[in-house]
Amino acid sequence: MATAEKKMVRLDPTDVKAELLKKYPPKVARKRAKQILINEALENGTPEITANVRTIPGIITMRGCTYAGCKGVIMGPTRDIVNLVHGPIGCSFYAWLTRRNQTDAGEDGENYMNYCFSTDMQDSDIIFGGEKKLAKAIQEIYDLMHPKSITVFATCPVGLIGDDIHTVAKNMKEKLGDCNVFAFSCEGYKGVSQSAGHHIANNQIFRHLIGENDEPREGKYRINLLGEYNIGGDGFEIDRIFKKCGITCLATFSGNSTYDQFATAHQADLNAVMCHRSINYVADMLETKFGIPWIKVNFIGAHATAKSLRKIAAYFEDQELIDRVEEVIREEMPEVEKALADVRPRTEGKTAMLFVGGSRAHHYQELFRELGMKTISAGYEFAHRDDYEGRHVLPTLKVDADSRNIEEIEVEPDEKRFRPRKSEEELKALEAEGLKFKEYRGLIPEMEENTLVIDDLNQYEAEKLVELMQPDIFCAGIKEKFSIQKLGVPMKQLHSYDSGGPYAGFKGAVNFYHEIDRLVNSRVWGYMKAPWQENPQLSAAYVWE
Amino acid sequence: MRKVAIYGKGGIGKSTTTQNTVAGLVEMGRKVMVVGCDPKADSTRLLLGGLAQKSVLDTLREEGEDVELEDIRKKGYGGTWCVESGGPEPGVGCAGRGIITSINMLESLGAYEESEELDYAFYDVLGDVVCGGFAMPIRDGKAQEIYIVCSGEMMAMYAANNISKGITKFAQSGDVRLGGLICNSRKVDNEKEMIEKFAERLGTQMIYFVPRDNDVQRAEINRQTVIEWKPDAPQANEYRGLAKAIDENDNFVIPTPLEIEELEELLMEFGLMN
Repeated sequence: MATAEKKMVRLDPTDVKAELLKKYPPKVARKRAKQILINEALENGTPEITANVRTIPGIITMRGCTYAGCKGVIMGPTRDIVNLVHGPIGCSFYAWLTRRNQTDAGEDGENYMNYCFSTDMQDSDIIFGGEKKLAKAIQEIYDLMHPKSITVFATCPVGLIGDDIHTVAKNMKEKLGDCNVFAFSCEGYKGVSQSAGHHIANNQIFRHLIGENDEPREGKYRINLLGEYNIGGDGFEIDRIFKKCGITCLATFSGNSTYDQFATAHQADLNAVMCHRSINYVADMLETKFGIPWIKVNFIGAHATAKSLRKIAAYFEDQELIDRVEEVIREEMPEVEKALADVRPRTEGKTAMLFVGGSRAHHYQELFRELGMKTISAGYEFAHRDDYEGRHVLPTLKVDADSRNIEEIEVEPDEKRFRPRKSEEELKALEAEGLKFKEYRGLIPEMEENTLVIDDLNQYEAEKLVELMQPDIFCAGIKEKFSIQKLGVPMKQLHSYDSGGPYAGFKGAVNFYHEIDRLVNSRVWGYMKAPWQENPQLSAAYVWE
Repeated sequence: MRKVAIYGKGGIGKSTTTQNTVAGLVEMGRKVMVVGCDPKADSTRLLLGGLAQKSVLDTLREEGEDVELEDIRKKGYGGTWCVESGGPEPGVGCAGRGIITSINMLESLGAYEESEELDYAFYDVLGDVVCGGFAMPIRDGKAQEIYIVCSGEMMAMYAANNISKGITKFAQSGDVRLGGLICNSRKVDNEKEMIEKFAERLGTQMIYFVPRDNDVQRAEINRQTVIEWKPDAPQANEYRGLAKAIDENDNFVIPTPLEIEELEELLMEFGLMN
């Protein structure tokens, strides 16, 4: 079979890198070389990679745009805030459930996620300006739905013609009285990737929403979960585990989230950060303004989930919670181990490649490790250097024109509501026991030596990489899905999970084991080539010769 | 049909010069259409006897796509067809996109068809070529000949040089050519000589020197061209002269724009002559 043959060749990572760069003109090759890194142990920490720089024109990148990051990723998963796209109708494809972030309508039944709102700009709106139409659309939504909040998203043409969406939003907020209207200057062309859109979205949530509601939220152990977007129901599984442990999650940013969750998030006592890339700055701002410390967690992988729960329990320093968490882990693990015992003999020793997101390429390595599979190459689409190398590089990051383009909010302690949840001494004592605050070590230290870390992978390199290294599975997004499958390698979407999930938490891990087993052991990939492509042609001769 | 676009620095007198010249061409028996490419929609005021024209974009906005040619053009002095592109109020939207839309609209409605028997289509374009939309009249086969209105003032010459750069760019991919500079005098020292020299350096000609005369303003107050208001005024003859020069012009070039230093040298040379 084809799979047996392809294992014969295993190239040295240096050769793979050289091969990837060979096709480029010298200048492009020089730039790309800095974004392709052979992981090796250095005496003084991790090797340096170039990330969060503009994609070189001509390269078919895997990245998305700023508007996609703002509307699709951050605001898309909220259910009772109406998201209004100000722009041509084409952009509004992304105004509608394309990322499979799930929600339940809750007791109030308020859910606008399955609707698509757009100002549907026409030629004449571009010429005469779209501000009046925008105000009219906001009014129309308010009259129809009476939502608590309406948010407005700028698409590229809005930035070009200079519609003042913030003033329109402000005026409409005043006019409507009981509806929080605010806008995002998230034109697609801003920044180098969708990462800029995450920042723009989070900054505005922080400015317009967090702390709006001081009505006390009950709960013994109150936390926020930051950077969890409830793709395929991940958030539901995490919520289930929290509930079982007695942990109250006040707000998830932003999977299955609601207006009031954001508005009361400042009451939490701990922020647990999942996706470091998209939201670490919000965690920092919440700490500065309200005194809430943050820790990095990861609920992808059964062991990572257990570890994260233990970290949360350790933070609260409450024996009841510590015991309860251990009990939950004891209850949940047998099912996980049973599934693993079944699956692992068939997945052990296989290889994976992960090119997705700003944290998923890191987090999912946990699950593959549990399956006994090695991640031979991985990288992010839109992460920054700290997500690769760890937060210690933050002070050395260069500010350039692109990063300056994205606003940074200056935050000061809230006069009335700033309340340090732990004293300096308490935090130090916890750190001494091994609970690290504001710490993220990044993807590179987690990967084995001689693996390849590649930032902002593109169509050409993806295909070449698969051809050279022959992984057993390739994980990325919809744009890569079919080109990879055509090469005869199973492909798993880790943006939208194809139609699967959840993959977070304990039950999610079990789902993932079965899904990967199904994919890497399917015989269908052996039939990718037609018989006449696999075997020598039939030869024949005329009988009279 | 000759398609002519008039460019020049804002306030230099493009609209006034265009309309007065068109009046001269009309006297010669030419059939002309004037297309105002300025959101202010004041390029046909003197021909129509006031701001009586509903712009293409306003019509488009009110009538939707269902627009007739007769909805957007109006007959002015001597049977001239007058069209105003129009555009957004200052500070909103995109005027450039508006010009693209209205010129496309005129084309699709057949305003340039042979059956219209036009001798000339004049585009009177706002100020400098600030964005792609304002370059529309000189793009792919719209206007073929450009006249730049300027004076001996430095900023006017600076703008003329910039517009020449735009023409050079589009001339390489299309058939647009510079027909000459029209000097609309501001009574600057050695103005005529300087613009003649400037034109020569650009590789073109000063096609006419229009002297300064307050009859132009007097006619404007009466919402008329000089030729209509006072046919025997000396200034009326000047515009007749310009019309004739354009009608007989066969000097069309791809301009050779100057470096800023060269332009300043030119100013120094003529400004310090006295």
